[in-house]
Amino acid sequence: MAKKKFVVGCFDDEAVLFPAVKKVRTAGYKIHDVYTPFAVHGLDHAMGLRETSLHTAGFIYGITGTSTALGSISWILVKDWPLNFGGKPHFSLPAWIPITFELTVLFAAVGMVLTFCYLCQLAPFVKKHHFHARATDDLFVMVIECTDKTNTDDLQSFLSASGAVETNVQVAETGWWLGTYDKDETTFENSNPVVA
Amino acid sequence: MGNKDFHQVTEDIVRPIEAKPSKLWYIGFYIAVALLLFGIYAIYRDVTYGIGQWNLNKTIGWGWDITNFVWWVGIGHAGTLISAILLLFRQGWRTGVNRAAEAMTIFAVMCAGQFPIWHMGRVWMAFFVLPYPNTRGPLWVNFNSPLLWDVFAISTYFTVSLLFWYSGLIPDLATVRDRAFTKLRKKLYGIASFGWTGSTKHWQRHESLSLVLAGLSTPLVLSVHTIVSFDFATSVVPGWHTTIFPPYFVAGAIFSGFAMVQSLMVIIRKVFNMEEYITLGHIEAMNKIIVLTGSIVGIAYLTELFMGWYSQNKYEGYTFWYSRAYLFSPYGWSYWGMMACNVLSPQIFWFRKMRRNVFVTFFMSVIVNIGMWFERFVIIVTSLYRDYLPSSWSVYYSPTIWEIGFYMGTFGLFFTCFFLFAKYFPVIAVAEIKYVLKTSGEGFKNNMDKIEGQPLDNFIHDNAHAH
Repeated sequence: MAKKKFVVGCFDDEAVLFPAVKKVRTAGYKIHDVYTPFAVHGLDHAMGLRETSLHTAGFIYGITGTSTALGSISWILVKDWPLNFGGKPHFSLPAWIPITFELTVLFAAVGMVLTFCYLCQLAPFVKKHHFHARATDDLFVMVIECTDKTNTDDLQSFLSASGAVETNVQVAETGWWLGTYDKDETTFENSNPVVA
Repeated sequence: MGNKDFHQVTEDIVRPIEAKPSKLWYIGFYIAVALLLFGIYAIYRDVTYGIGQWNLNKTIGWGWDITNFVWWVGIGHAGTLISAILLLFRQGWRTGVNRAAEAMTIFAVMCAGQFPIWHMGRVWMAFFVLPYPNTRGPLWVNFNSPLLWDVFAISTYFTVSLLFWYSGLIPDLATVRDRAFTKLRKKLYGIASFGWTGSTKHWQRHESLSLVLAGLSTPLVLSVHTIVSFDFATSVVPGWHTTIFPPYFVAGAIFSGFAMVQSLMVIIRKVFNMEEYITLGHIEAMNKIIVLTGSIVGIAYLTELFMGWYSQNKYEGYTFWYSRAYLFSPYGWSYWGMMACNVLSPQIFWFRKMRRNVFVTFFMSVIVNIGMWFERFVIIVTSLYRDYLPSSWSVYYSPTIWEIGFYMGTFGLFFTCFFLFAKYFPVIAVAEIKYVLKTSGEGFKNNMDKIEGQPLDNFIHDNAHAH
């Protein structure tokens, strides 16, 4: 993927972050993302993100599990190899409920986690550009995508005026690549992270 | 947690990972590894010379092995219960202890799984339990058998608990990665944290994932011990053939699981100086659950005794009133040991002072787990040692050193894993604590005046679209 230019504003207080998000959006800037150390409830709505459909996927995986279990067991014990267990009916649904339930849960959980990792592009040995090392510690890092017309100086002072404690300009890769975090092959040259 | 800020939380929780482990850690770790090695040798004997290395006999086909299996599975219930059910019930206090409790769950289930596997004897044929088309005569496994249900239940439970635990860990591992100052640590935590950035969209999905996994785990955790109880309850053995087994087993599992969490938490908070995160409030809350579930288990014992008489079934009566409740019968000691540890002694937790006493808590948590081990031993051995046919009544069963060694070995496995976890992973959910701090920390509460002082119209206007 191509590299893009971003203006980064770091906030240390949620109470400041929310109005800032609102102001930046009203001013017409495109927020690339906001990186936060924990799930900030309501931030997704403030940024205008749509609701995730992950739970719907989970439901579909779940019923796939249910039908896999019921389908396989009934085919195996009724059609493929009917066995007489103490004269009980071959189609003995009540005895299959435990396994059906377990497979429903198993399929839903495994499917959802894999989907989650796929959607968020998470995997071992995946490396991404991190705009600020403290985004997983105590800073809320707002990243704004620049166009050709963006005046980065203006935008930086706008962010500072909105309460950002630190601003900078970074040219960064937006996708992921294979790599490990002990090697710094990313473009940190424009950034000036200050770690307190 | 007082007035800590987010960075202080990170410092407090991540510091033990970055510091050199204490002497105490090394001592504990080496003892655990020694136990594990002894267990491996005990298993080597079992595999090489066969199950005859154990003292199982004609009627006692299940002895220490299945007792230990059920005991470990039971312990493995608290983690998911704390993470899932308490998440759904919005119990904020769970956040201090959930991560370590989930880890404990996973290790306990790993230990539990060893017993049925090595009990197979010809363990190289263990894959026979998997349902796949093959050429071995009756082509498929028996899907109507509770033992197969158990295979599915335990493996599903293990998988889902592992996914739940690890997906929660990813953001916290990223926190460790981003503040790591050695190359090796950056590399390893970088790999382990899957390239997590903290993007808002990712957090949104993460929240959704956690909530659904919690929703799935809640019935799952109840189903697992229910199915374990079916191993017994669907048989016709006196003492096993009872309909109250599922709720009784689930209550017992929560009981022993919380006791194990208590034992570990009391140690962790001391060793890692985390008294501000794992507070007396946590300990008290868990002690309340212990006294509740212990009493439920007590009611189940009494109900069984009552039914042993009320049913007027002489085999049931013999099992309950002679083999168990009669102190001077061969295994009467184990029944009364169980009663004393599980039902009588936890009653001291009706007193607030006792619930908030760390030493009493630790002592009781060990007592409860001894009691719960007795419970499984009582259920299995006192029902099996005298069956319907007096001529086949077995001689007195006691374990060999290799049976005991196997059990010790699972302690080794459990504590080896737990020591490694405590050293290399954040034992407290960092991101979740930060969220809780934000919504209920002292700093937040002190700032409420400003919001509370606002005119109502402003508040409605500002929060009309918030969730």
